[in-house]
Amino acid sequence: METLSSLADGFVIALTWQNLLLALLGCFLGTIMGALPGLGPSNGVAILIPLAFTLGLGATPSLILLTSVYYGAMYGGRISSILLNIPGDEPAMMTCLDGYPMAQQGRAGEALSLSGVASFVGAFIATWGLILLAPQLVKIALLFGPAEYFALFTLAFATLGGVASTNQAKTAFAAALGIGLATVGVDTQTGVPRFTFGEVHLYDGIDFLVAIVGLFALSEVFLFLEHRHGNADANSSKISVGRLMPSFALLKYCTPTMLRTSLLGFVAGVLPGAGASLGSFISYTFEKKLVDKEGTFGKGDPRGVAAPEAGNNAAAGGALVPMLALGVPGSGTTAVLLAVLLALNITPGPLLFTQQPDVVWGLIAALFIANFMLLAMNIPMIGLFTRVLLIPPRILMPIVAMVSFVGIYGISGSSFDLMVMVGFGVLGWVLRKLDVPLVPIILGTLLGNAMENNLRRAISISNGDWFTLIDSPLSIALWSLAAIGFVLPILFGKVLKARMRHMKKDEEGSTID
Amino acid sequence: MSDRIFGAVGLFLALGYAWAALVIEESFLSDAVGPKAFPLIIAAVLGLASVAIFLKPDTAPEWPSLPRLLEVAMAVLAMILYAILLPEAGFILATAVAAAYLTWRLGSSPIGSLVTGCLTSVGIYAVFHLVLGLSLAKGPFGF
Repeated sequence: METLSSLADGFVIALTWQNLLLALLGCFLGTIMGALPGLGPSNGVAILIPLAFTLGLGATPSLILLTSVYYGAMYGGRISSILLNIPGDEPAMMTCLDGYPMAQQGRAGEALSLSGVASFVGAFIATWGLILLAPQLVKIALLFGPAEYFALFTLAFATLGGVASTNQAKTAFAAALGIGLATVGVDTQTGVPRFTFGEVHLYDGIDFLVAIVGLFALSEVFLFLEHRHGNADANSSKISVGRLMPSFALLKYCTPTMLRTSLLGFVAGVLPGAGASLGSFISYTFEKKLVDKEGTFGKGDPRGVAAPEAGNNAAAGGALVPMLALGVPGSGTTAVLLAVLLALNITPGPLLFTQQPDVVWGLIAALFIANFMLLAMNIPMIGLFTRVLLIPPRILMPIVAMVSFVGIYGISGSSFDLMVMVGFGVLGWVLRKLDVPLVPIILGTLLGNAMENNLRRAISISNGDWFTLIDSPLSIALWSLAAIGFVLPILFGKVLKARMRHMKKDEEGSTID
Repeated sequence: MSDRIFGAVGLFLALGYAWAALVIEESFLSDAVGPKAFPLIIAAVLGLASVAIFLKPDTAPEWPSLPRLLEVAMAVLAMILYAILLPEAGFILATAVAAAYLTWRLGSSPIGSLVTGCLTSVGIYAVFHLVLGLSLAKGPFGF
């Protein structure tokens, strides 16, 4: 009951004209960014953070704008999967498998609207899951001391590579690099400058927004330049969209699938190191095993479209649980959302729920509102979004670069920051070529200071005894989870990744002949 | 091969970072851990990861041919010039030139990219400065 009244308060906060307008704008921009290949949810949110920040929006309105972008991008990813067989973002990969065959059979409109409904169901159930689960997790988190927090941060880094990670050494390298970047600047506890080499600009550290925008957005521009990938792959004019509304019978046919995969996706999202990509993969394979009796999956089975979409949107909602309740994100995009919170001077974690309930519940209410808006937007307006796919990258990518510059320049007004951002862009490009994940770097720059502070607090409390770190059962449990989470992908990661690729390849083969 | 070089560079980075951590001047007032310990742990992780990458390299990525590499380098140069010249030349002019350059290199015709560059610049100016009131770099002409 208490939860419901908090939620009602949240709706009061979220239902102002400004917030509704921001949610609408966020949903619209998010869907476009998700739909365009090359601009995923992390990129989209990353470019918009500095803008929301410089526009002087308050905490709740900025969060509403950016989480709407997040949810919108999750919806948008499916559009290019279905129409072009190119996933708009990684989680939408599985949607290609049945979505594209459906489009080839002239049922693109049906596939798009059905996946819109599936996305809605997934996100809706996940938002309820967030409401029910997050406060419980907060109760556990209140038992955490500095030593446990240090272990929790380690757990987050150890599992960030994900179960499908192929090279854990590279994940560890990325995390250490990010944390190392966070230590640049004046030490908060003793006031001595570290790693500044006498450069005054570095005394207050490297702004994580500069790092994020450079690593994500600019490196993408360089990738496009390298391949001179200037023309749209889009031939969507060739495909007739067909009828737009799914028939009631079709919806009924897919409902059990959507419900099952929403729950599965939500659990995958909450667990550290899984995230939306795995959510949609598990959902698809699970449904295939369970209901695919005639072998229609992969040949345009509507349930094969509904399953991964419900799964990935539910996982996106689930990933918000650890981010809000513990302050430790479990996926790439939630790591970027954490940057939003930190830029607004809000520290997520258990105290957020007690000290700033208006932010939390306003955000949750906004998720519901955004979700309904997206459903309304995605079915009748789908034609508009398919047109967006025709914008060639040679026009789009310069706009992305310029908007990134505008955002960062708006914060600091310094050319130095812009050059640091270009530097991060080059770094991001090289690391992407070398298959080093970028998300641990971001998370490292975001959490590095908090991690160090907790370590030093824990050891100061125990008068310099380092064994305090493994003193309580809770921290031992966290350390063991971290160890398991780090070692498991070394054993199984390659197999899993190969299976994901293999399935995609199989389908490509079968659609050609 | 790429990963061997990457691992070696990473190891040097870790050593450099560890050295820079060791020469941090400690103040007379310090907590039990001090400002050095945590960076040293991180340096160790960085070093170990680099060694692992060096010893077990993945298959090398496809590096771009020299002209393509030059292309990326030129874009980096253009962006750095943009960063330096932005406060001098003003937002509209600098952005139009930079956007036109990038559009051109991504394969538009020269005239088409000039038009696109100008439209991009004016469009961003209109949306972010005139509508949203964000302060952008002012050049000699006031825009």
